[in-house]
Amino acid sequence: MVEVLKRLAEARGVTGNENEVRDIILELARPLADECYVDRIGNVIAKKKGSKGGRKVMIAAHMDEIGFIISRISDNGMLRFLPVGGIDQRILVSKRVLVGKDRVPGVIGVKAIHLQEPDERRKVINQKQMYIDIGARSREEAEKVVKIGDYASFDSDFVCFGDNKVKSKALDDRAGCSILLELLKDTYECDLYACFTVQEEIGLRGAEVAAYHIEPDLGLVVEGTTCADLPDVPDHLHTTRMGKGPAISFMDNSSIANKDLFKRMVKTAEDNSIPYQIKENVAGGNDAGRIQTSRSGVPTVVVSVPCRYIHSPSSVMDLDDFKNTHLLIQKFLKGVEA
Amino acid sequence: MKDFLKELIEIPGVSGYEAEIAGYIANEFRQHCDEVVTDPFYNVYGIKRGAGDKSNPKVMLAAHMDEIALMVKDIDKSGFLRFTNIGGVDQRILLAQEVIVHGRDKLTGIVAVMPPHLLSPEDASRAIEMKDMYIDLGLPCERVKELVQVGDLITFKSPLVSMLGSFVNGKSIDDRAGVVILNEVMKELDKLVYQAEVCCVATVQEEVGTRGAIISTYRAEPDIGIAIDVTHGDTPDASKDDTYAMDKGIVVCKGPNMHPGLTERFLEIAREYRMDCQVAVSPRPTGTDARSMQISRAGVPTILVEIPLRYMHTTVETLNLDHIKSVARLIALFIASLKEGWQEWLRY
Repeated sequence: MVEVLKRLAEARGVTGNENEVRDIILELARPLADECYVDRIGNVIAKKKGSKGGRKVMIAAHMDEIGFIISRISDNGMLRFLPVGGIDQRILVSKRVLVGKDRVPGVIGVKAIHLQEPDERRKVINQKQMYIDIGARSREEAEKVVKIGDYASFDSDFVCFGDNKVKSKALDDRAGCSILLELLKDTYECDLYACFTVQEEIGLRGAEVAAYHIEPDLGLVVEGTTCADLPDVPDHLHTTRMGKGPAISFMDNSSIANKDLFKRMVKTAEDNSIPYQIKENVAGGNDAGRIQTSRSGVPTVVVSVPCRYIHSPSSVMDLDDFKNTHLLIQKFLKGVEA
Repeated sequence: MKDFLKELIEIPGVSGYEAEIAGYIANEFRQHCDEVVTDPFYNVYGIKRGAGDKSNPKVMLAAHMDEIALMVKDIDKSGFLRFTNIGGVDQRILLAQEVIVHGRDKLTGIVAVMPPHLLSPEDASRAIEMKDMYIDLGLPCERVKELVQVGDLITFKSPLVSMLGSFVNGKSIDDRAGVVILNEVMKELDKLVYQAEVCCVATVQEEVGTRGAIISTYRAEPDIGIAIDVTHGDTPDASKDDTYAMDKGIVVCKGPNMHPGLTERFLEIAREYRMDCQVAVSPRPTGTDARSMQISRAGVPTILVEIPLRYMHTTVETLNLDHIKSVARLIALFIASLKEGWQEWLRY
């Protein structure tokens, strides 16, 4: 499971350009599913027939990650860019990126501290002033390897460190994708539709389309979620805590969990002695928002793996939380009657 | 040459803690010179004796091996590390940066940052000060306290990456590139006939006040000094007046810190061999080893040769490797041109 996570996290799939991730998922999901296809917006749907069949469960994790799109190539060979998805502009300075299909290495630099006025050093650099340097000495040189509209992602490798922790880009939500792939190895009474969605980061757009054509009876979303259990952050803003197990949401900015499903998820954890936590803060939104309101409405619930430094090149996750999230959902699905 | 740079930037060599990198540099120098000396401060001297006798000059080259870094200041009750800086670190580059904490083991750490989902607009527009940041080791507090002590060093993790053409980026290229140049000068000298005694010094503690150069210049007692360092490469957010083109050749600095006759002579040699040079000016003592070399003992006529480097003191310092070769060649040619009557160049 961790090997798959590494492979998926190191693949690049900025919103609108999920190809690399989709290809890996298709390769891994095909042998496990009864039916596997790419829908019109680019979601991967892997269907696993239930032993009894009947009830349709849609389980979703998004393939896309936050990143950048190249908006202009300057005369001096520098690339101007726009953020794709929600990025804190303060983390961008002095980071590495990979641009375009050929993974052209670039850096987001800033003029040296020696050249800054004292008050500049205390100011946030506006993303609009930033540029990506690929070492091109002119527009012509840059245009040989980059086109306007190319995507760029953080260049950050997958590293195991600390006490069973991993550091990588895009754990939100390749963690969810890996869990879905693992879940496809099992069979359940119900029909399972594992949906690897696109465009979550710019407004839950893939899930909207998928939920419409799947017409599920029940929706489940597996996310990488905010974890701010840091010093100086007041307790009530921690949202989730690392190492305390999968986080079950009662509500976030996009949906309110179906009460029965929420209770059932909590009971599943307790019955199976799986550590869990309740996501304590109403922050962020996810595919559940669109699945829930699809057609005439779908009961949904969200389970997440806590990720520190989410939406940065160095997000951090606890592997026990990751594995327990899989375990909890597996037990939950086993208990869904046909 | 690129391999040497790649290896060099991955070895920690924080100002004041250069033992490990000094050993590595000494081993490399040993292959290209007559004698290697390491002093108690870990300045490394690679000495090459030319064909000449005592009437020929002793030339000292200096490039610093030390790097800017961070240091553990406190361990929080939840196991996060508070830190401070060694040398000029821009606090704005730190968030979500990967670091190596040099405790009892080398530990991977991440500079923590709040998720954007929880940021208020006011928070998002405020640069976080270093004193309010902390490093996550992914370990419980008890374990952190076993492995890490206040005062442990923290270096950046950012190995060399090749970019388009001959551009590369990484940490500490300031001034490991200069150390690579020293090594290349020694190799170039082997191809030439030269009279001078050449002492290539990889210096320590430049980033905290050129202290290695103060000590090593006194010890080497040269007739002529050449400092090799990086200067600012051109970027869209910096003034053209403060920066130099990345592809228009090396930079030779003029001003009171540099000997005028010797600097002219160096530029002449460059013209003679049709090598591109950009000229920089510094009205004050420069922030390089040249600052201290010039006033060592009874004074050392000194020149300063620089390579443009973008994003200095960040984890993505960017450099054109072509400059390393050309500056090494030029310095070697300059040294070879020091023949009988060399004292004439030093007259005012």
